[in-house]
Amino acid sequence: MKIRYFAWVRERVGVEAEEIELPAGVATLADLAAFLARRGENYAHAFENPRVVRAAIDRVHARPEAPIAGAREIAFFPPMTGG
Amino acid sequence: MFTVRIQSAPFDAACEAAALSDGRQDVGALVTFTGLCRADDAAPEAGGRLVALTLEHYPGMAEEEIARHVEEARRRWPLMGATVIHRHGRIVPGEPIVLVVTASAHRGAAFAAAEFLMDWLKTSAPFWKQEEREAATGWVDAKAADDDAAGRWDPLP
Repeated sequence: MKIRYFAWVRERVGVEAEEIELPAGVATLADLAAFLARRGENYAHAFENPRVVRAAIDRVHARPEAPIAGAREIAFFPPMTGG
Repeated sequence: MFTVRIQSAPFDAACEAAALSDGRQDVGALVTFTGLCRADDAAPEAGGRLVALTLEHYPGMAEEEIARHVEEARRRWPLMGATVIHRHGRIVPGEPIVLVVTASAHRGAAFAAAEFLMDWLKTSAPFWKQEEREAATGWVDAKAADDDAAGRWDPLP
């Protein structure tokens, strides 16, 4: 599964995108954020306040409880500040 | 004509607006909103004068997310056309960032649709502003007021 990061989430993680093999038990966006947060200090920093980090599944906004099975691309990013 | 464009180049708001009514006689209201990069003088301890904004975006999703809101605007109001342009990259004070043009037979629908599109652009289009100030660089925080503005539009049944 492809994971992408944007803005300060990208800066903290240190990469723009990566391919990740999902371990068993990672079923929702919240599960994935918690799994990523355990991968190292940079990830822990990016996901230190998981309620602030937003996500999209296949380029559509999704809630933390959304299931991720079958997704091709998941993105994590801060609240949007465009316009 | 309904158009969504994400680009780094500046745009000409007057040309974009004219394109929605050229050659037709049924458009009675054309609303054009341009959002500009505004110079603001923060205190020295907050970084000082704004030098530029750099907008990062999620390619693909940015177009699709805005298009979803244009589709919703079309379900809410009788629009004859709409153009949304959002720039990315480095933008200095005085330059345009975002354009929303809506065309309808009457002004009520055109005004409302333009405001609806801007409210959702602020809170759901995947763009992130980074401020470059004289003495500091940092990401802009999202504003609760923008969430409130988007939240006042009742969901469609």
